[in-house]
Amino acid sequence: MATQDIIDTLAGIAPGSALDAIRARRLQARENAQKSYLSLFEPIDAGDFSLVERAAVAALVTGLHGESPVASFYREKLAANADGARLIAAIDAEIARGMTSGPYGSYPAGPLSVENTAGLIYRVSAASKPALGARLAAAFEQAHLLVFRPRDAADADMKALLAAGWSTTGIVTFSQLVAFLSFQVRVVSGLRTLAAASA
Amino acid sequence: MSTVNPPVAFTQDELGWVSWIDPLPEAELTERHFNGLVDRARAKSEYFRLLVRDPEVLEARTKTDKDIFYNVADGLPRAERELAAAATSRYNGCIYCASVHARFASTYSKRRDDVQRLLDEGVKADLGERWNAVVKASVALAATPIAFGPDNIEELRRAGLDDAEIVDVINGASFFNWANRLMLSLGEPSK
Repeated sequence: MATQDIIDTLAGIAPGSALDAIRARRLQARENAQKSYLSLFEPIDAGDFSLVERAAVAALVTGLHGESPVASFYREKLAANADGARLIAAIDAEIARGMTSGPYGSYPAGPLSVENTAGLIYRVSAASKPALGARLAAAFEQAHLLVFRPRDAADADMKALLAAGWSTTGIVTFSQLVAFLSFQVRVVSGLRTLAAASA
Repeated sequence: MSTVNPPVAFTQDELGWVSWIDPLPEAELTERHFNGLVDRARAKSEYFRLLVRDPEVLEARTKTDKDIFYNVADGLPRAERELAAAATSRYNGCIYCASVHARFASTYSKRRDDVQRLLDEGVKADLGERWNAVVKASVALAATPIAFGPDNIEELRRAGLDDAEIVDVINGASFFNWANRLMLSLGEPSK
């Protein structure tokens, strides 16, 4: 059975609506945004990044963008995972601690240094670490950086993930997942805003 | 690893990109990887040989990207899709992505000086009503929490964009929130 298009579902785009017709004009993009979602959340091989880890990171990332149908969707996805429900309390606490406004961060020293903007350097709380474990704790810190201060990213962040037990392939998929969600949450928000402005 | 000479300013010059973690060696690529690369020539790129460690995600990402930017049978002109990509990259701080898409915006618009002002002055540069509306919408979408609202739609409409063109802005700007985060976090640009 074909899965329903996730962006249409989250944006509330009904078959036959004006936005449905507009999205149909970029059919390859629509189908491959869907395939991106499926290959991240229903992968052929989850050996380097488990399904529960994927759901946990997704709940954190979308939650850090604020309340939305997208955040609710991924929170429910985590809750539906047999190993995920026990992580919900810790993730809610980490979202509350990590909420801020971005993008901020620093540029390489030079003419752009005047644009450097300070902001929260998020670290997982000691209270949440036992529930999350070392791999997810490292992933959450990197996910927060990717959401709010991607220009701060450094070589050392890769080493931290490797040291926490992430494989190179796992880091690639993890980075894709966070980056994809940064796209998906914005497409959904943009399409919802457009639909409301056309109503 | 080769010597890295990171750029310290936004530029339309061609830049290289060096990975911080190990790409797959070209000799290890299989048909599954080539499917993920979509274009076989991308096997020469360190960036794509890194992303191809997850070939299914890379293939879907690449096809999404290509349709959003290259499908110009209708909708927003390519120049303004590239402008949305460049503005998003300027705002998020991705010097590499901004260089590529600023060049494309210049090529397709023939407004190289205006594109350079976006890079030099930032996303508040005054580029005329239509470009200002596209840049402002892209910036509002890139903010976290997302700041895109009815005012952005109104400005885009006033600047002459129809709803299909506005969806192209939303897609193009949103896609660069994906691309910027990969380029910024897995390696760095080099002159």
